[in-house]
Amino acid sequence: MGQETMTGAELVLKALVDQGVEVIFGYPGGAVLPLYDELFKQNSLRHILVRHEQAAVHAAEGYARSTGKVGVVLVTSGPGATNAVTGLLDALCDSVPIVCLSGQVPTHLIGNDAFQEADTTGITRPCTKHNYLVKDVNQTARILHEAFYVARTGRPGPVVVDLPKDILVGRGEYVGPGKVKHKSYRPQVKGDLKAIEAAVAMMAEAKRPVFYIGGGVVNSGPAASQLLTQFVHMTGFPCTQTLMGLGGFPGSDPLSLGMLGMHGTYEANLAMHGCDLMVCVGARFDDRVTGRLNAFSPQSRKIHIDIDPSSINKNVAVELSIVGDVGHVLEDMIKVWKSRQIRASEADLKEWWASINRWRSKDCLRYQQSGKLIKPQHAIERLYQLTRDRDTYITTEVGQHQMWAAQFYKFETPCRWMPSGGLGTMGYGLPAALGVQVAHPASLVIDIAGEASIQMNIQEMATLAQYRLPVKVFILNNQYMGMVRQWQELLHGARYSESRSTALPDFVKLAEAFGAVGLKAETVDDLDDVIHKMIDCDRAVIVDCHVDPKENCFPMIPSGAAHNEMLLGPKDEATGGGAISEDGMVLV
Amino acid sequence: MVQQPQEIRRHTIAILVDNEVGVLARVIGLFSGRGYNIESLTVAEVDPREQLSRITIVTSGTLMVIEQIKAQLRRLVPVHKVSDLTIEGPSVSRELALVKVAGSGEKRVESLRIADIFRARAVDSTNESFVFEIVGSTDKLDAFIHLMEPLGLVDVSRTGVAAIARGPQSI
Ligand SMILES: Cc1ncc(C[n+]2csc(CCOP(=O)(O)OP(=O)(O)O)c2C)c(N)n1
Ligand SMILES: [Mg+2]
Repeated sequence: MGQETMTGAELVLKALVDQGVEVIFGYPGGAVLPLYDELFKQNSLRHILVRHEQAAVHAAEGYARSTGKVGVVLVTSGPGATNAVTGLLDALCDSVPIVCLSGQVPTHLIGNDAFQEADTTGITRPCTKHNYLVKDVNQTARILHEAFYVARTGRPGPVVVDLPKDILVGRGEYVGPGKVKHKSYRPQVKGDLKAIEAAVAMMAEAKRPVFYIGGGVVNSGPAASQLLTQFVHMTGFPCTQTLMGLGGFPGSDPLSLGMLGMHGTYEANLAMHGCDLMVCVGARFDDRVTGRLNAFSPQSRKIHIDIDPSSINKNVAVELSIVGDVGHVLEDMIKVWKSRQIRASEADLKEWWASINRWRSKDCLRYQQSGKLIKPQHAIERLYQLTRDRDTYITTEVGQHQMWAAQFYKFETPCRWMPSGGLGTMGYGLPAALGVQVAHPASLVIDIAGEASIQMNIQEMATLAQYRLPVKVFILNNQYMGMVRQWQELLHGARYSESRSTALPDFVKLAEAFGAVGLKAETVDDLDDVIHKMIDCDRAVIVDCHVDPKENCFPMIPSGAAHNEMLLGPKDEATGGGAISEDGMVLV
Repeated sequence: MVQQPQEIRRHTIAILVDNEVGVLARVIGLFSGRGYNIESLTVAEVDPREQLSRITIVTSGTLMVIEQIKAQLRRLVPVHKVSDLTIEGPSVSRELALVKVAGSGEKRVESLRIADIFRARAVDSTNESFVFEIVGSTDKLDAFIHLMEPLGLVDVSRTGVAAIARGPQSI
């Protein structure tokens, strides 16, 4: 009562400031002009003007994933909102906390097919964790605080707040974040202690155990990774990571088996196949990981720890589930393990590790760098060696280059590796890197890209120029949509339908046109020099790294195959033609 | 009877939600988007003060699918409570149908006679038609409608299932 009123636009900005927001990624338009007017008048929020709304969301994802904060997006109604949809779904698939403010036509015009009207809440409902249409200016602040709470807690995700223009110019009262509590939404954070004790008991009995960890470990925060690392060391069990879980456990740790799944290592996939106990921590038995479901890890009992109850028993039935934040659950597991003074049977573990080491000795990621032509794996290895000791963040686009990056770039800590995993969005990497660089201006931020993917959001080079963001784009240029070409080679009789990258731009000139530096590596002798130049440059750089166009990404579990039906290399390809089943053909 | 892993069975699920714009679309979108089927759906506000609505959904699936449906429903932000009335103790469920039958002579008399057996009430009558109101289980309604078919059935309107647990507890 008696509180001073503010305009809707002022309410929005005050709520953002009170939520600790520092940066907004956005693009203006008619419906959000009142908000842009308020932005103009203040200094506490920084606005980054992207060149496409999809990029605004990916940039906010990069910002959020590298900081643990909520990423904030601002777009206009209609095309602004629809352009953001891919980014929103990407954030939903990879559990990235985003609040996206979208403009909307004034309330009285909603439903009238007004200019730049879109049913934004309708369109984004399946692409968001939750969304709101603000219909009463007095609810604006409450809804915004709630949106941040929903985006950030539980399994994080994107939340859209649709703001009709009359709400933005109307007047209402403000409420602070402390006063807002959601009526029903209460994610469970602590795990059930009985289940945790049972899990530890199962682990104590295991003869061939394996930790299978995913993005939940990364999302839970750095403490969760430390606890996990500690716990894995206490048990002496092997630990494999999903694409999203890389960095959740140190990649160069002797207990790490590397990535599992479709392009995972031989040892990781065979350990998953042969284990008698699987401890899944913050992963979700995705089809890229399990391969053919009815042949997935047939002899194991499974423990699944996840904050999202709907991830449990979705694809794979497990013996024991623990719903909770993995950080909290791991803390309790460690306590129980210690207090019971449990020690896994040394003899059994030794035998298990002997098998694993036998699989390891296959050296499944081996490749041959001979001649002048750069092998893509070699390029990533050199990039890794020359940047590993720096303060480096890696994003990627989607394709072979992404998988080679996952295989050959090792991450020791979480939140340094930010691919588009669940949705596999080409065009994600550059804007995501942009967002990371905004959050970490002094760090080395690299987008490992393919020559096809990079063209999908190349316009963001202009944003890099405007804000002097020294992002490095490292293109593995194989002149093909390599991953498509690989599938066509293996599954479609080498008929390379529309997968060739023709009419490629001159990437060096392109970089220059955007005010960045362009570098080219054409032979293996150029490579180190070019990478050094890239690192030392204080501006944005595009590296056009020419690599072997024919190289395929191995190991590979073809769709519809089991973990023990892996193709290890081009030789398997020739002999193992039967590995790809008819059923597998329909899978993606 | 315990449901076997591969057995497909019908479940009645009660959901308490905030009565806000779009909440029904969220629930329905979840079912269509994930390929679950809805056999019956009813929704109405049940608590005007707290602005809560209750949705009753009848769906069928294997145990794993039903568990997944419930977990997905619980994940929706405006959902307060999800209860599987089929497995969480005894419950009662009722459906109401309005059934219009048009005809004359023997058939007209026969329809009245069957309505009587089913305890259906005539809530409208003209010289050539009746509208019966019938309340009961889905099976009972199905049987009644089936019997009315040869007697001049012209129109059916059903509410879908409303269900509630037996005993003193709330959802
Ligand atoms: C937006 C989008 N469209 C299409 C695809 C399908 N797709 C996956 S990988 C790929 C080829 C990527 O080519 P490139 O960026 O050159 O990477 P490479 O595989 O050659 O390393 C395509 C078309 C996708 N993932 N995303
Ligand atoms: Mg390519």
